[in-house]
Amino acid sequence: MTKLLGVDIGSTTVKATVIDDGQITYSSYVRHYAKVKETVLAELEKINSLFGGDYRVAFTGSAGMGFAQRSGIAFVQEVQAAYIAIRKFYPDADAMVELGGEDAKIIFITGGAEQRMNGSCAGGTGAFIDQMASLLNITVGEMDEYALRAQKVYPIASRCGVFAKSDIQPLINQGASKEDIAASIFQAVVDQTVSGLAQGRKIQGKVLFLGGPLYFFKSLRNAFAKTLKLSEENAIFPDDAPRFMSIGAALFAHNVEAESLDELIARIRVAKTGDGVIKGKPLFASEAEYEEFKKRHRSADLATADINTYTGECFIGIDSGSTTTKLAAITTDCKLLWSCYQENNGQPLDITIKRLKEFYALCGGRVTIAGCAVTGYGEDLIKSAIKADFGIVETVAHFKAALFFNPNVDFIIDIGGQDMKCFKIRNGAIDGIMLNEACSSGCGSFIQTFAKAMGMEIAEFAKVGLFAKNPVELGSRCTVFMNSSVKHAQKEGAGIDDISAGLSSSIVKNAIYKVIRTDPEKLGQNIVVQGGTFLNDAVLRAFEMETGKHVIRPGIAGLMGAFGAALYAKENIRGASTTMTEAELNEFTYTSKSSMCRGCTSNCNINIVSFNGGRNYISGNKCERGAGLKPVDGGLDIYAYKQERLLSCVKGGGTKGKVGLPMQLLMYEQLPIWATFFNELGFEVIVSEKSSRSLYFKGQHTVASDTVCYPAKLIHGHVESLLDSGVDFIFLPCESYNLDEKHSTNHYNCPIVAYYPELLKANNDRLSDNFVMPYIDLNERENAVKTLTNVLKKYKVSHRSVKKALDKGFESFKAYHEDVRKKGEEIMDRAQKEGKQIIVLAGRPYHLDNEINHGINKLLTSLDVAVLSEDSVFEKSDPVKVNVLNQWTYHARLYRAANFVAKQKNMNLVQLVSFGCGLDAITTDEVRSIMEKNGKLYTQIKIDEINNSGVVKIRLRSMLAAVEANK
Amino acid sequence: MNQIDYTDTYPKWRKEMKSTHKILIPDMLPYHFALFEVALKQEGYTVETLKNTSRTVIDEGLKHVHNDTCYPCLCVVGQYIDALKSGKYDLDKTALLITQTGGGCRASNYLALTRKAIHSEFPNVPLLSLNFSGLEKDSSLPMSPRLLMKLAFCVVYGDTIMWCYNQIKPYEAVDGQTDKARDEAVKLVSERFRTGKYKNYKKINKQIIDIFAAIERKKIDKIKVGIVGEIYVKYSALGNNNLEKMLLSEGCEPIVPTLLDFVLYTVLAKVNDARMYGTNKFGGWVYKIVYNKLHKMQLKINQMFIDASLTPPHDMDHLRKCADEVINQGVKMGEGWLIPAEMAALYESGVPNIVCAQPFGCLPNHIVGKGTIRTLKKLHPDINIVAIDYDPSASSVNQENRIKLMLSAAREVDISA
Repeated sequence: MTKLLGVDIGSTTVKATVIDDGQITYSSYVRHYAKVKETVLAELEKINSLFGGDYRVAFTGSAGMGFAQRSGIAFVQEVQAAYIAIRKFYPDADAMVELGGEDAKIIFITGGAEQRMNGSCAGGTGAFIDQMASLLNITVGEMDEYALRAQKVYPIASRCGVFAKSDIQPLINQGASKEDIAASIFQAVVDQTVSGLAQGRKIQGKVLFLGGPLYFFKSLRNAFAKTLKLSEENAIFPDDAPRFMSIGAALFAHNVEAESLDELIARIRVAKTGDGVIKGKPLFASEAEYEEFKKRHRSADLATADINTYTGECFIGIDSGSTTTKLAAITTDCKLLWSCYQENNGQPLDITIKRLKEFYALCGGRVTIAGCAVTGYGEDLIKSAIKADFGIVETVAHFKAALFFNPNVDFIIDIGGQDMKCFKIRNGAIDGIMLNEACSSGCGSFIQTFAKAMGMEIAEFAKVGLFAKNPVELGSRCTVFMNSSVKHAQKEGAGIDDISAGLSSSIVKNAIYKVIRTDPEKLGQNIVVQGGTFLNDAVLRAFEMETGKHVIRPGIAGLMGAFGAALYAKENIRGASTTMTEAELNEFTYTSKSSMCRGCTSNCNINIVSFNGGRNYISGNKCERGAGLKPVDGGLDIYAYKQERLLSCVKGGGTKGKVGLPMQLLMYEQLPIWATFFNELGFEVIVSEKSSRSLYFKGQHTVASDTVCYPAKLIHGHVESLLDSGVDFIFLPCESYNLDEKHSTNHYNCPIVAYYPELLKANNDRLSDNFVMPYIDLNERENAVKTLTNVLKKYKVSHRSVKKALDKGFESFKAYHEDVRKKGEEIMDRAQKEGKQIIVLAGRPYHLDNEINHGINKLLTSLDVAVLSEDSVFEKSDPVKVNVLNQWTYHARLYRAANFVAKQKNMNLVQLVSFGCGLDAITTDEVRSIMEKNGKLYTQIKIDEINNSGVVKIRLRSMLAAVEANK
Repeated sequence: MNQIDYTDTYPKWRKEMKSTHKILIPDMLPYHFALFEVALKQEGYTVETLKNTSRTVIDEGLKHVHNDTCYPCLCVVGQYIDALKSGKYDLDKTALLITQTGGGCRASNYLALTRKAIHSEFPNVPLLSLNFSGLEKDSSLPMSPRLLMKLAFCVVYGDTIMWCYNQIKPYEAVDGQTDKARDEAVKLVSERFRTGKYKNYKKINKQIIDIFAAIERKKIDKIKVGIVGEIYVKYSALGNNNLEKMLLSEGCEPIVPTLLDFVLYTVLAKVNDARMYGTNKFGGWVYKIVYNKLHKMQLKINQMFIDASLTPPHDMDHLRKCADEVINQGVKMGEGWLIPAEMAALYESGVPNIVCAQPFGCLPNHIVGKGTIRTLKKLHPDINIVAIDYDPSASSVNQENRIKLMLSAAREVDISA
């Protein structure tokens, strides 16, 4: 019998299996490090020399697809391959779960066969696990071992690496044990599979687990078995799991025509590289060109002074970033005396102390610290620990540093490992600030992770790209997308050099077109680039090529924050520095403990650091209560007022039955109507519990589309909570039209707000007749009464009573808005009298939810400004005509609010935008243009399930600093 | 009330430009726009449908359109800018044309976004709106009753050509026959437009169908795959990475529901608004008459397909019934209830294999696409749907792989059946 050969080419590995007479006689598992063709050929030649003869051959796997096509080899989709193998070897299996490098799959075999694969925007795979291990600075093997010893599990998002990182970083900083974090990561993968992939369909019976990660990681297997409640005999982990697809491919090959491997190998050798990959220009045409480039940039090096001989005063700048700590010391004539750049490993304070001690030691008593400034995420902690003279906003520090290298600088871009910042300079002040958002990362760390995956050091990896002949076009979005583009390029035969160069230009394009979003022409004439990532010559070159401009990259590109802080200290110090002396530093000790703040119902996780000498530093708090200070008077925060006022519409009592109102989306606007309506009719009104992260997890398994906005995802949890609380029915109307406020061409709701009840009902088995979702248009009151009477007829309500109740509802609605307006005026008056800045925090009604806005209102009041909302001020402006079709009620409010703010003194606008909101892609540009046409700053904050108050705080402080400077 | 004006000035279309300017049209619906181009030319316009599809199209789109705006807008803007930059057109004598629906989805704003993008680089190029909702009054394609009528027939004849082509192409005995027939049919319709004798739809449809029905076909079984979704990525090869071609090369018969369905769906939106909310009752009544008339026509055309032993498209009353099992007809933004209705109807007509195509992050499709799959599965456990997101950076490998998974499940059933 002819031998069967199956080859599975995945995103990272090549697997091959030979079946001879029904017996597996050969099988292998090799990493291909992007050298797909070479690896496959080597495998085939090995097999050929071992066995010889003819074979029936089939390929499978994501990277095998185009490959097979071009070489004229049979191909079988990998899930199908698995299915074939399962039916042969495990005929009694009920389901299969397979995790691969970048894919996750489920096959339901019994009870309606179905095969599922993760969407294009989903993590929870091998690549995700790799990424998390590198974040924890351990190998994946170690992570597995750690997880086995875990005590507890934290909730972590595994939808995408970027999201998870934001969950894990605070855990690391809070000192959670590596064991627990590791276990949480594996649990996140399980949750992602169960909720994201199975989406409510139960994985039960005999379950087969396949793919590399499930084979190699015992903790992951345990987590799956435990979560799915599988007994030992029902959770099957085959020994040949990693090679399973290749076995299926071999079985599939039984009706392929047999041929000799020599022939096949010859065909593969001559098969052309696919034409599916777009090639870019080489970064450098020749070595000479590169030399010229290096020479030009060397002129932006900073002069240095020798710390071993220098005597006199110096100024220290410390940039305590999210992952790295940077320190710089400069002399009185601004020469660089000493510097360091180091990973934090979650211990920024320890590292700063250690480095400062080293510095003092090097100085040998010849140097005194005349001033010190701290910037970055860790600013407050470090400043209070070492008693630094100044704490300054990151953007200000970067600006200071850039000014030093070019006094005419008009544009600064900083790309670090995890984040990206750009700012425009106008009239000597920061004018516009742009930061990368959760889904358009693709920063420096991506190159690093990728270099690691290729088994190379970052410097080496960057270097091979410099002279690549055909850099590949990899697209520019989030890292998940880039990964699959890389996969595609590899499949098409691109080499490591081409990929390296392609990645560099992707990062640049990401910055220009995604974060800054502008034509390169409009960037400015004097650009300074900085951040560690620009030390990579390939990235710098790609940036110059894309913009067509020569830019300045200081030799200390990675230290600019620290350098700027040092300059700031030098310019602003008056009198002696308060910074710890060498003696004080040597005696310095501290302890830290985490605890929960009981100041209010938010229950923030806070961290208390106690320094020797009885000083304390508290972090993690969202308001002053946590820091043990007297809380800022909430009288200047309309968000706090609205939250209370809104819920006050609900009266207790009622005998007709319990109606549940999910407090999300439309209900944030219409609660006064519906609560009063049902109260009047004699129902008991139950409002769903307060939004929280855990409430979100509660409903996660019914979320049908993982790219929908966070408010929509959250409402699934609200529905679950109402169902648990035993309501008779849940009420949530579908409204194509919002109330017509007579200020726009049309008055639609967004598609999500309008029709989300349809999705809720379709994807939650617990909802049926107990979910009342009438289609109504509240502008057609009489008709609405009819519809409502009809849907509530089970409760015997008369047309008349419904009409009356709805009228009462509208009265309550009117009163609510009247009160919000009045409160707005009161706040404005008071703020003006007290000389305070006012920020109009403008978004949608549901941005009132603290789980959605992540307490930004409190953050603002803690920065000593008064907070208003769009709905408290928009009526003070006439309607606005904009360039776009003005057809959504909430948007028309935004435009009017913007117009009002733009004309006020001491008032600014911050727009809140939910991630994934398609409509705000349109409104943001319009609001920006309204502000800018009036010479005002525009600030936008994108929010989603991630709570990253550090970034938000920097952005708000930068804005306030810019407002101050522009006065 | 006063209105505060924040609008920018942009070049407007003036009557006399008809004789001086060339109008560029994006490649949105290949079958229909081919006829549309002919109709406009006969009205005295100089027009060209853009066929540029290189990577620079997407790159230009990325540069000029907001990151979070949907993919179709990006493709359209990319095609325009790439063309304007090509040097092939006199920038002082070129105008652009774009369609606008005016629904509750952000697609109604393509025009404004496109205008902004174009204006920054090509300040003298006017952008025309093609709409039937009275939007952009000062910059719309002037709509004579005759042109309007011709456009309506572009929909009808475009549908017939597309429907025939997709049904015959996979089975043609001699390569290229179907493409020849397509050219012939387009020629036939243009000739009718020219002579003004284009309104006898029964006769003309019959002629089109006859042209295709005469093609010799192989008697083989192929897997039928329905394509539904957001209108641009459903029909435009640029938007869906040549989905129809890919399916053909995989040995499938692609089934793409007609554009008339979408037209009737927008007509029904007015009828439903009047019925459900009592809004504009008179308008609702008028639209109901329009609907009935068009639906009658649809039924007659469908009968012609049956008479020629071809499978007919679904009719709108049937689609409405299909929708009612899955979702409320009140869902009227984007393609709304039409998408699940088409999926259910495809299943009923023996096509359980479906690609549901949408731009990444498409708002209505969260609900009407991915959101209804579970309900459809409950109704029809063996329905085989794959939802594919289209996006400038989503790799075609990823999309292809998922479509292949759907196809292997389809083949599996095919073998066992």
